[in-house]
Amino acid sequence: MSINYSERIPNNVNLSENKTLQRALEHWQPAFLQWWDDMGPDGSTNYDVYLRTAISVDPTGWAHFEHVKMPDYRWGIFLTPQEAGKKITFGDHKGEDVWQEVPGEYRSTLRRIIVTQGDTEPASVEQQRHLGLTAPSLYDLRNLFQVNVEEGRHLWAMVYLLHAHFGRDGREEGEALLERRSGDEDNPRILTAFNEKTPDWLSFFMFTFITDRDGKYQLASLAESAFDPLARTCKFMLTEEAHHLFVGESGIARVIQRTCEVMQQLKTDDKAKLRAAGVIDLPTLQKYLNFHFSVTSDLYGNEVSSNAATYYTTGLKGRFEETKIDDDHKLQNAEYEVPEVAGDTLGTRKVGALSALNERLRDDWIADVQAGVDRWNRIPAKFGIDFKFTLPHKGFHRAIGMFTDVHVSPDGRMLSEAEWTHQHLNWLPSDEDRLYVHSLMGRCLEPGKFANWIAPPSRGINNQPVNFEYVRFN
Amino acid sequence: MNAPAEHANIARQHLIDPEICIRCNTCEEICPVDAITHDNLNYVVKFDVCNGCLACISPCPTGAIDSWRNVEKAVPYTLEEQFTWDVLPDTRELDQFEAGIVSGPAGETPAEVQQITDVATAGHGGPALAPWSASHPYINLYGPTNPVTATVTGNYRLTDADASSDIHHVVLDFGSTPFPVLEGQSIGIIPPGVDEKGKPHLLRMYSVASPREGERPHHNNLSLTVKRVTEDHEGKPARGVASSYVCDLKKGDKVQVTGPYGSTFLMPNNPGSSIMMICTGTGSAPMRAMTERRRRRMELKEGGDLILFFGARSPGELPYFGPLQKLPKDFIDINFAFSRVPGEPKMYVQDRIRERADKVFAMLMDDNAYIYICGLKGMEAGVVEAFRDICRARGADWDTLRPQLLAKGRFHIETY
Repeated sequence: MSINYSERIPNNVNLSENKTLQRALEHWQPAFLQWWDDMGPDGSTNYDVYLRTAISVDPTGWAHFEHVKMPDYRWGIFLTPQEAGKKITFGDHKGEDVWQEVPGEYRSTLRRIIVTQGDTEPASVEQQRHLGLTAPSLYDLRNLFQVNVEEGRHLWAMVYLLHAHFGRDGREEGEALLERRSGDEDNPRILTAFNEKTPDWLSFFMFTFITDRDGKYQLASLAESAFDPLARTCKFMLTEEAHHLFVGESGIARVIQRTCEVMQQLKTDDKAKLRAAGVIDLPTLQKYLNFHFSVTSDLYGNEVSSNAATYYTTGLKGRFEETKIDDDHKLQNAEYEVPEVAGDTLGTRKVGALSALNERLRDDWIADVQAGVDRWNRIPAKFGIDFKFTLPHKGFHRAIGMFTDVHVSPDGRMLSEAEWTHQHLNWLPSDEDRLYVHSLMGRCLEPGKFANWIAPPSRGINNQPVNFEYVRFN
Repeated sequence: MNAPAEHANIARQHLIDPEICIRCNTCEEICPVDAITHDNLNYVVKFDVCNGCLACISPCPTGAIDSWRNVEKAVPYTLEEQFTWDVLPDTRELDQFEAGIVSGPAGETPAEVQQITDVATAGHGGPALAPWSASHPYINLYGPTNPVTATVTGNYRLTDADASSDIHHVVLDFGSTPFPVLEGQSIGIIPPGVDEKGKPHLLRMYSVASPREGERPHHNNLSLTVKRVTEDHEGKPARGVASSYVCDLKKGDKVQVTGPYGSTFLMPNNPGSSIMMICTGTGSAPMRAMTERRRRRMELKEGGDLILFFGARSPGELPYFGPLQKLPKDFIDINFAFSRVPGEPKMYVQDRIRERADKVFAMLMDDNAYIYICGLKGMEAGVVEAFRDICRARGADWDTLRPQLLAKGRFHIETY
């Protein structure tokens, strides 16, 4: 059903009152749609997808479900409502009023933060654009598309901030966000993890469980920002991000469930027999977990970082759940423990808490990932199968920070180059593993049917049944 | 079987399914009364704080938040218990409470009625109040343990013979048993017999479609607008037990009725008050009741505008289409929206609301105008969005206005 909304760009920021901004965004809109057409989900233009659309930010309006064609999805600009008298809660400006405009001295830093966050949104859509061709079910296909359109909306959210607060520079950045391409040699996306391929659904589920969770932690720390429009934008994005984490966590849980079912049927944990039966053996899942966990860990940056300290003291980026932490919110005299590599031993040392904020956010994220992994571990336990997924050591397979030049095993032992070369394919997916997973990726599009390697979900979307027609192909 | 006396005081406890929840914090963030909290393991709901507003339900990405158990009011699941759960507790005998089993002493709202009402009124985003000039309603006079027996005195099909929906107008007479109702209230009907598990059927709720003085003035009767359910929410063929029972009733049949229910979705009585009615399908029942009340008092010239937005697939699917067309234009301003008329563009109630933006806005701003929405849950968001846009285009803010409407008892939603 098409609703004749009164404005071309749905929003709750009184866009029509700022004609210059409205015109700039309406000028950007066709370029965005062209980008979606070129780089969005492959061949999906005419599908009717059962999508959740935010039509307002109050509880009644922001989860509106209906079948829509993705190019008609209401990409718009939604910020959580402004709080009167809101104060800055941390850093040197603690207690002052939050900013509605960008202070000149922080302009370039804030712009860089927003562009970096904004760049990840279209990047993941590009990374995932071919997955629709190998969807294990209509339910999963719909979830993929929901994630994609919301990443598109998050791009809108960031571009709005760039247009509204950074003038010509912001408009140019907005165009550049549509010009970079994930994995492109000449014009790649900004962060390495977003130039990797997402070649199969197992990678997609791991990505949404682990890498989108990095998004959650970055957004949560920006939701504390003294720059109020950024804080309000990120707060609303977090609500949407939760669905992406759910897609990942429940996706992997269903893969584990299915593997355990077949292990029980065949009474075996033999990799070859399980692969012959068309399911993904648990040790291979562990390898994928190791890979995605380690490359995502790099996104948090250096363990000790003066930039992180500056972001905090100047009020640009807070900690996760800043206001719930019981301390002075200035951290001038506090310390924080970070890992240390000394010669051939791994240890820890205390450093000033301000410079360790990247590490702190990484630790918050690790605790959250661990909680999800603990929930996965209940599945084999339920089947009486003796297998536990574990997170690798922080230093395993890292390319940024103090572990860059050393090799660390998943259980935290320093390794020689020779040992690493000899052993690393026990811990990371080999070409053979990836080829096997790839071989399972057939398209399964009959409502209520699921590919053999994944179990159905325990409930449908929006109380719809599992066999509901979540996507119509017309 | 009779319920033990200690089960007489039952409440519906809101819980979170720890097996599905991904601990994303969305519910805690969104809860307007801070009823949700968490530790390292679980997200939990404070029984004594949660007011069942359901603001947390739709934003939950997993559906874990939509979990409920019957408990004795005095002994709900504590936070400490909820923190230790890996899975939800199994349902207990309390959860099996069916119509016919005590679910509170007479005068208490049965749990299923409370639950249906909670869901139906979730769209308010806050507790609703009746208009200041509404008449005082009687509620819960008859419960599942002491239903009143009514006699069917009429049953007419309202939709065309070739229409896809089978909607009936059913008249029930209460003889000499008092059964006072007001426009906007509902009654409960208990289908006879037992379900496939051998348990008595649950009661179903139906809105009254006739005004307070009866379908026929000065008769102790009332009418209902009932659609025969032929498919479930997934569109699969399914036979609605209660709706089939009611639609197939013959003149002279006896029916077990409970109620009345509902103390806020009531019409204003002060002269000059205006009413905006927005409905689809059988959501027209309370609108017919209010319209009929006003029609019978037309000669009193009490003033006040009536405006109706009524959505259906086609004229033949629209209950009371004929009678509505006969009403004088200066008595009621009727706006039909048909979504499946061959050769015509699809129209929905929100499209008509937008067409009448000036009048709608004037009524939103008029403290003496009352707004009623009744029908399928799906219509709610579109209608609210239309209000929002209409307000914005005229320099007002719906989010500011809505709490004011609620506080003045001017905004009423019943959707299912």
